[in-house]
Amino acid sequence: MIDERDIQDKDINLGAPNKGAASVRVRRIVAYIVLILLSILCLVWFYILFINATRSNGDLSRGFRAYPSDRLFVNLNNLFHGTLPVARGMLNSLIIAALSAVLTTYFSTMTAYAIHAYRFKCRKAIFVFILAVMMVPTQVSALGFQQMCHNMGLENSYIPLVLPSVAAPVVFFYLKQYMDSNLPGELLEAARMDGAGEIGIFNIVVVPMMKPAIAVQAIFAFVGSWNNYFMPSLLLHKDEMKTLPILIAQLRAADWLKFDMGQVYAMIAFSIFPVIIVYLILSRYIVGGVTAGSVKG
Amino acid sequence: MSRKLSHTQRVNRWGYIFLIPFLLAFVIFQLIPLISTIYNSFFENYMSGLTHIGPTFVGLENYKKLLSGGELLQYTKNTMIMWILGFVPQILISLLLAAWFTDPSLRLKGQRFFKTVIYLPNLIMASAFAMLFFTLFSNVGPVNSILVSTGILRHHFEFMSHVGSVRGLVALMNFLMWFGNTTILLMAGMMGIDTSLFEAAEVDGATAGQIFRKITLPLLKPIFVYVLITSLIGGLQMFDVPQILTNGTGDPMRSSMTLIMWLNKHLYNRNYGLAGALSVLLLIITGILSLIVFKATAAEEVD
Amino acid sequence: MKRQVKNIISAALIAAMVIPMSACSSKDASKPKDTGDSGKATKTETEAEGKVLNIQCWNEEFKSRVTDHYPGYEKTGDNSGKIGDVTVNWIITPTKDNAYQNNLDKILPENANASADDKVDIFLMEADYALKYVNSDTTMALKDIGISDDDLADQFDYTKDIVKDSNGAIKGASWQACSAGMIYNREAAKAVLGTDDPAKVQEAVSDWDKFNETAAKAKEKGYKITSTVNDTYRVYSNNVSAPWVTDNKVVVDANIKKWVDDSKKLVDAGETTTADLWSDDWSKGFFPEGKVFCYFGPAWLINFSMHADEDGSIANHGGWGYCNGPQSFYWGGTWIAAATGTDNPTLVKDIILKMTTDQTVLKDIATKDSDCVNSKTVLSDLANDSKFGNKILGGQNPYKELEAGAEKVDMSNISNYDQGCNEEFQAAMKNYFDGNASYEDALSQFNTAIVEKYPDLTTD
Repeated sequence: MIDERDIQDKDINLGAPNKGAASVRVRRIVAYIVLILLSILCLVWFYILFINATRSNGDLSRGFRAYPSDRLFVNLNNLFHGTLPVARGMLNSLIIAALSAVLTTYFSTMTAYAIHAYRFKCRKAIFVFILAVMMVPTQVSALGFQQMCHNMGLENSYIPLVLPSVAAPVVFFYLKQYMDSNLPGELLEAARMDGAGEIGIFNIVVVPMMKPAIAVQAIFAFVGSWNNYFMPSLLLHKDEMKTLPILIAQLRAADWLKFDMGQVYAMIAFSIFPVIIVYLILSRYIVGGVTAGSVKG
Repeated sequence: MSRKLSHTQRVNRWGYIFLIPFLLAFVIFQLIPLISTIYNSFFENYMSGLTHIGPTFVGLENYKKLLSGGELLQYTKNTMIMWILGFVPQILISLLLAAWFTDPSLRLKGQRFFKTVIYLPNLIMASAFAMLFFTLFSNVGPVNSILVSTGILRHHFEFMSHVGSVRGLVALMNFLMWFGNTTILLMAGMMGIDTSLFEAAEVDGATAGQIFRKITLPLLKPIFVYVLITSLIGGLQMFDVPQILTNGTGDPMRSSMTLIMWLNKHLYNRNYGLAGALSVLLLIITGILSLIVFKATAAEEVD
Repeated sequence: MKRQVKNIISAALIAAMVIPMSACSSKDASKPKDTGDSGKATKTETEAEGKVLNIQCWNEEFKSRVTDHYPGYEKTGDNSGKIGDVTVNWIITPTKDNAYQNNLDKILPENANASADDKVDIFLMEADYALKYVNSDTTMALKDIGISDDDLADQFDYTKDIVKDSNGAIKGASWQACSAGMIYNREAAKAVLGTDDPAKVQEAVSDWDKFNETAAKAKEKGYKITSTVNDTYRVYSNNVSAPWVTDNKVVVDANIKKWVDDSKKLVDAGETTTADLWSDDWSKGFFPEGKVFCYFGPAWLINFSMHADEDGSIANHGGWGYCNGPQSFYWGGTWIAAATGTDNPTLVKDIILKMTTDQTVLKDIATKDSDCVNSKTVLSDLANDSKFGNKILGGQNPYKELEAGAEKVDMSNISNYDQGCNEEFQAAMKNYFDGNASYEDALSQFNTAIVEKYPDLTTD
């Protein structure tokens, strides 16, 4: 927690002359220009993706073009009437990504809360330990992990793609930092006075207060899991379990007769849709300012 | 810091209980594979085709092999250069945006739109993103044709054949994919700041710059530390963007080869011994760098 | 601080206890082969065979060939079918990031121990890495499932060399013979050589010296001789005098060094580029404005990759010609192999025989799917049949050249390490061609990359 007195002590230049509307207007114009340029830089990719999804394979090989063609529905039609289980793949991706996002945020909040709110032996050591774990590159244990899943018969199952997200040091670290500035101990104490149990306090008081932070990490976790190819490709071999990135890779590895970049782009565009929707839903918590305004320390 | 609450020991025991899920998942899914990684680093142990060579105990031989060439240093340097190239603009832009969005005097319109849009590039799979990049920056692509037709260049420029442009493209892609992420993190941190603080400061006549420096930044510090450390760690683990852009080669002459790309080369071939040793070295490098950042920024965070 | 140290120590103690356990288990997992061997001998005598046939593949090519051409195959789902009362499962793992081979590497060695319905019966492989499986116990010799060398007599030799193990046993078969040659832009040929007649063009490119002379002439007329140096790589590398690796030592063959020298000259003279195959910069020559003189490739490249269905492409108006080019080579193809431990050896045998040696089936495949099939008889039939003029080639019937080319391809100099060596060599030499390194530096980067990939090899 940062003490508010700090701010009052600082020498805010009281009564500084108002530099006038002119400078504000200049700054506002600069801000708009930069924001518009950045937005273009961010959106142009979606535009190209859409353009490419409307083009035929042969047309695509001629390189970039700035305007759409007329093959979008042909491409989508080929995609859905091909042999790839596209709809099923989307369902699998949704289930895995949603479960990962829920598990990782809920349990990381719980872990962060344990470190933040309780004073117990080894607390500091565990905190340092989790930070150390964060530094282990994820690729390091991949092969060992695959071997383990194989031995435990966990292939073609959601479990190894979902359960490990319970232990996510990066998410934990963020939530811990967020709690440090936004979760006052007094509030917990008050809840305790009211006779709430510890689990109750966590679920009813803490989790709702952490909404913006949880939404942020839920987005990241959902997107990360949605776009993950490496682990699923090692573990999922049955058609009915495959996720969208695997199907995209499969489409790109199609034989000469069937190879069609138009379809690949259509599939990429198609598979981005749900993430955008989930993002728009969750981002309301962040950008819209849905904060727990009632309980400011 | 200032939590002088009288918890009983019984209440504090809940700390352990709340840690159980994390520890359980961690031990099963990360610690066991990690320990076998470290264990493997002391063995000659790899696959040649379908034949398993080893494991034969070789002591520190793998470490010697990795440290004897100048490669480790070279790839660390590459990684840091590309990280800094992407991270500096990323943190500056993110802070700038965060400052603008919170500046009460600017009263920007369409904030919601801008805040939403900046994260969108992250939703595209890195491999799909790279496909679009290739289209744009190929010799026959639009970037080259614009450069040539406006007379900036006489001939097309081969972006993938020059050290500076490859590193630059890697940095650009990383920047585009992650600056929205950083901005969102900072904004989420700012949601926790009581807006009445800004209003009070404004009434007192503080300038936007002062409000940002004196109110926003200090309150953002914990999140800022988070961004810095995770970005550093993420930077050291930089992999997918340069891997896809250079097709795994890290060319020209491995000037864009990162540490994890190198690790990946050993993993790809199932060289458990060398990969294990390299992982341990990576862990040490990351640990040292993170410790420096941590000590410099957040020494007193957990008390 | 002290507490932290204590914690680290206790973590280390736990680690010390876990290590021996994990060590045991990893050893167990790595040695299931002994059982595989004993299984092999008994399994070939057919008693009751399995009810499920599992086929590992990376795309749908073979599936659609079997669906369309194997007598008695009945499609029951997108990735399943029935042959008699045996259920056929197609298990597709994409090739991206080596996922397909990673999967095979894990399941094949354990195949004999897998439960009957999970056993892999057939798996497919590509030439680049075929020897890795062929030279291991995971793949059965075709003899052992009852296919004799005589059964394969009508196939081209090179398709058999690619799947021959170190003892000379053939362990796979392909229905394709992807003999390849030079596909030239007829308009460019007229401009550069004054003719687009295949025989005359062939004369102008009959060896590398002539080819390079033509390249200089093409430049004068504004054409690049090839889209990229990588176009000709396969041509040179298919004609080496020794394998990449002998006695665990990597040696750059003279013909491959010749590719480097020739290519460097072409690049420096602006007669070709260093683009990657399949990139936009590579495929631009499929259209007239790309100004590329020729490509090197097999029938499938002509039929499926040159965008014949696209208005304005050269292929669309039949503007390509085909000749053998400076040296013969092949590109592509899928080989069918029987996995050790299969419980359906009779069915596997029949599928391999029908799909790769039955002339009716092969002719049907050639007609309907435009594959260049692996049968000398069928190819010479096609060569003499005027019906098989190819529209993309302006009506030229390429089968005579294809057959002659396939006869000449010599793949006796392949090694287990070809995939890695070829990929890494081309990647390393790009630095030299682009002027980012001397030949020696590029070569030493190749050597580094090879030892990373194959720790058991040595280099100069």
